[in-house]
Amino acid sequence: MLIEPSTHSHWTPLLGRLGLDALPTEPIVMITFVGVALGGIALVAALTYFKLWGYLWKEWFTSVDHKKIGVMYMVLGLVMFLRGFADALMIRSQQALAFNGSDGYLNSHHFDQVFTAHGVIMIFFVAMPFVTGLMNYVVPLQIGARDVSFPFLNNFSFWMTVGGAVLVMASLFIGEFARTGWLAYPPLSELAYSPDVGVDYYIWSLQVAGVGTTLSGVNLIATILKLRAPGMKLMRMPVFTWTALVTNILIVAVFPVLTVVLALLGLDRTIHTNFFTNDFGGSPMLYVNLIWIWGHPEVYILILPIFGVFSEITATFCGKRLFGYTSMVYATAVIGILSYLVWLHHFFTMGSGASVNSFFGITTMVISIPTGAKLFNWLFTMYRGRIRYDLPMMWTVAFMLTFTIGGMTGVMMAVPAADFVLHNSVFLIAHFHNVIIGGVVFGVFAAINYWWPKAFGFKLNVFWGKVQFWCWVVGFWLAFTPLYMLGLMGVTRRMRVFDASYDPLRVYYIVAMLGALLIAAGIGAMLLQFAISIWKREEYKDESGDPWHGRTLEWATSSPPPEYNFAFTPVIHDLDAWADMKKAGVPRPVSGFKDIHMPRSTWAGIVLAGMATLTGFALIWQVWWLAIVGLVSIIGTAIFHTFNYDRSYHIHAEHIAEVEAARTAQLAAVANKGAAA
Amino acid sequence: MNPAGDIAKQQAHLVVVATLLMLIIVVPVMVLIAVFAFKYRAGANARYEPEWHHSTQLELVIWSAPLLIIIALGSLTWVTTHLLDPFRPLDRIKEGQPVKAGTKPLEIEVVALDWKWLFIYPEQGVASINEVALPVDRPVHFSITASSVMNSFYIPAVAGQIYAMPGMTTQLNAVVNKAGSYNGFSANYSGAGFSHMHFTALGLAGGDFDKWVANAKSASDKLDAETYLKVEQPSGVEATDPVRHFANVQGGLFDRIVNLCVTPGKMCVNQMMALDAKGGVGKAGTFNMAQLTYDKDGRPKVTPIVPGKQAELDKAFVRALCDPAAKVAGPVLPAGQQSSTPEKAHAKQELSLLAPARSTHS
Repeated sequence: MLIEPSTHSHWTPLLGRLGLDALPTEPIVMITFVGVALGGIALVAALTYFKLWGYLWKEWFTSVDHKKIGVMYMVLGLVMFLRGFADALMIRSQQALAFNGSDGYLNSHHFDQVFTAHGVIMIFFVAMPFVTGLMNYVVPLQIGARDVSFPFLNNFSFWMTVGGAVLVMASLFIGEFARTGWLAYPPLSELAYSPDVGVDYYIWSLQVAGVGTTLSGVNLIATILKLRAPGMKLMRMPVFTWTALVTNILIVAVFPVLTVVLALLGLDRTIHTNFFTNDFGGSPMLYVNLIWIWGHPEVYILILPIFGVFSEITATFCGKRLFGYTSMVYATAVIGILSYLVWLHHFFTMGSGASVNSFFGITTMVISIPTGAKLFNWLFTMYRGRIRYDLPMMWTVAFMLTFTIGGMTGVMMAVPAADFVLHNSVFLIAHFHNVIIGGVVFGVFAAINYWWPKAFGFKLNVFWGKVQFWCWVVGFWLAFTPLYMLGLMGVTRRMRVFDASYDPLRVYYIVAMLGALLIAAGIGAMLLQFAISIWKREEYKDESGDPWHGRTLEWATSSPPPEYNFAFTPVIHDLDAWADMKKAGVPRPVSGFKDIHMPRSTWAGIVLAGMATLTGFALIWQVWWLAIVGLVSIIGTAIFHTFNYDRSYHIHAEHIAEVEAARTAQLAAVANKGAAA
Repeated sequence: MNPAGDIAKQQAHLVVVATLLMLIIVVPVMVLIAVFAFKYRAGANARYEPEWHHSTQLELVIWSAPLLIIIALGSLTWVTTHLLDPFRPLDRIKEGQPVKAGTKPLEIEVVALDWKWLFIYPEQGVASINEVALPVDRPVHFSITASSVMNSFYIPAVAGQIYAMPGMTTQLNAVVNKAGSYNGFSANYSGAGFSHMHFTALGLAGGDFDKWVANAKSASDKLDAETYLKVEQPSGVEATDPVRHFANVQGGLFDRIVNLCVTPGKMCVNQMMALDAKGGVGKAGTFNMAQLTYDKDGRPKVTPIVPGKQAELDKAFVRALCDPAAKVAGPVLPAGQQSSTPEKAHAKQELSLLAPARSTHS
């Protein structure tokens, strides 16, 4: 029989490979399991006690409002961030302990899962949801739209991402996760060397989440191209929207590659094909090429919208138009195109010829030109500006300084002959954390502090925000400078224990550990900042809707915006539409409202994604009957959902008039307060 | 960055030069960020021009300055990538000391195993585990492969790394200039015993290398296919495997490792490729499946070699028909199919001209 269970474990028709031995046996995992189980029970009990299930279901889970979906993406990112960071602390502490003959506290079975999970979670389930969440929330507001082009699809995409995250989390307690590193290179990830379910969890969690990411990319491209307010030509789009457009084009172009390469690996593992095996002409090198053809654009998918965030923040807090808008847009597009031409720099050491290596080395360096141009544009936006150092701007300056170093170390590794020395060393680890923490993470924090008042109507606490800032910036350099130095000494990554020859280097790992602890304090400060701000939300209230003197359309509406975003679709005459409207004194419309046509909430997204997750789980454990039931249910439900003709409703003009009248009163009160002060 | 070999020295030098080139632009940028961030802060009342947002001259500078640096760095990249290509034979021992014409580099065959390193000296007929001896100031040519998963062969003090991959060979040309003992390891995560996958690289001056070889020759262990298959089994999960020497290495062992056919009765990949290159053997090729399978259904297991069994095993696949050296009688193809087409007959004759091992070098 072709489809047969792995020879390495028992298999029954009813439960597939699932058995009692799938439950955790390692004490650390068991304690976590008990903790999570108790926490989960407490959460469910609290939600039930306060009768919040109905509210969550109606107002959030089934909502197709891009703002709510955006917030839910951010919550998902935050939850997974805590998990991913716990993994980071385990790596750092294991590496600080495992010297002088000590084995540390993690065996290889556990440690190898930890660093794999850390990478997978941080990229797919932290950085991606954060970036997608920001784009979801901000883009429609910035272009004056009421929602995204396909609101139901948006809800479905979100829940598919959650489904992937759920599978990764499930692997912690049922079975195990991959022990292959975050890109699961074969032959190590093939059946022969990873016979357990770990790699299957890896494959199916990314497949389920990948569907969500790809569809969300399609959705945002359509939104940006089709739903811009009248007068907003492409070259009048805010820079963040531009970066979002390029990012989503990258997503739609490369995520299918990831889907295919993981599908092929899955076929190798499930029906014993030979795409990437050592046997029968399989080529592991093909996998490495394919996964990086996705993987390199992926880093630009993450960083480009963040460049957009910094562009918006720099212009706003310098009280100035962005310097070189046009060159910023072209730089973004050029980076997008070049990001397809550099993938091989991730494996110069695989033995390509010198000319091939040179080509990819040089294209990589060429990317630093538009990236450098962006940095200069921010710099000259600051020039002759009037810079207000609120939290978002503090993060921006920290980013500019940190990212410049990260860019430089990246170009160092783009020189192939130098990369032979630095490849896979902890120098590489320091480099990509330098650009991902110094770029994406700092950018997400800047964005949260910047747009939080828009989403919730109150600002975030400044003191704890500053504590978080300093803990992160200092903690980052403390954690990663030692890794840069170790890498130059030739220390390689993913080491679990260090033999006697490494003893003099232990101090570096201890310093790195201290840095990680400082970052942990920074995360604590952030959580405290959120809690205190929510607690004192009346005190931090912003009723103006425009607390930072913003320049783009999202600041033209109330905070939080009404579900329809804008009572009338604004007409755009210039770049920085809201700054232009403020300057021209365009009056806010207060009458003549018309009914607004809005999409209706639907259960279909969460239900379909739930079925997809279950199907993924069945495929991981080779419970074939359940996988078939799951697939049939997905198709059946999707068809059933097409018969739902009640997909939209109208917000009546009277209701809009009421909401807008309240807003008028609110603005008048703000103006009075301002005049009195 | 503490080189004892000429290649590592040039690579370290390159890292420094590349860094300095970039600092030409990185330092001014970082200084400007700090200066502007301070000078134009809100309370400072510096000159404020809220509408100033374009300057063609500045745009030219900010696009062309990085471009110039990248042109310089790109040229450097092109040249050094070719000069320091690990596949390229050395042309100098160290600065000012070119390799004499006709010098033959020392050949060393490297196999990354789970989780230790096997070094074979084909010319000396010796081998070692987790210890490689390199004569000082003599060019060395490494041929590198792996038995199961990807690893990366790296001795930081001697030369940059290159991947070790099953079924393929990569190459590295290097030289050590200073006697000493250097750390070598795998720089690509390869599973449970990865952290212990260390070896010692000995730089041996004068007659020390010959002494090392002589010492290895006096070892009691021999390295034939049977021993290799035992050695190849996973070990080194808890601690680094001890150094071992082998006195006598079976000829052609490395080629059989690369072609995934050390186990008796296995068909070699290059034999299959030679058959395929001649148009294949048709349906009869399905008989080769079991003999070709290496690890797709699981890690290869040790098969004990029973005397006299070898011939039986050889009989099992088509090679037995074609390889005159096998001298095994008896049909393998189903009756009636033995009268092969002219192409297949041709394939038989050509089989001894085995295809070269796959190399990744393009």
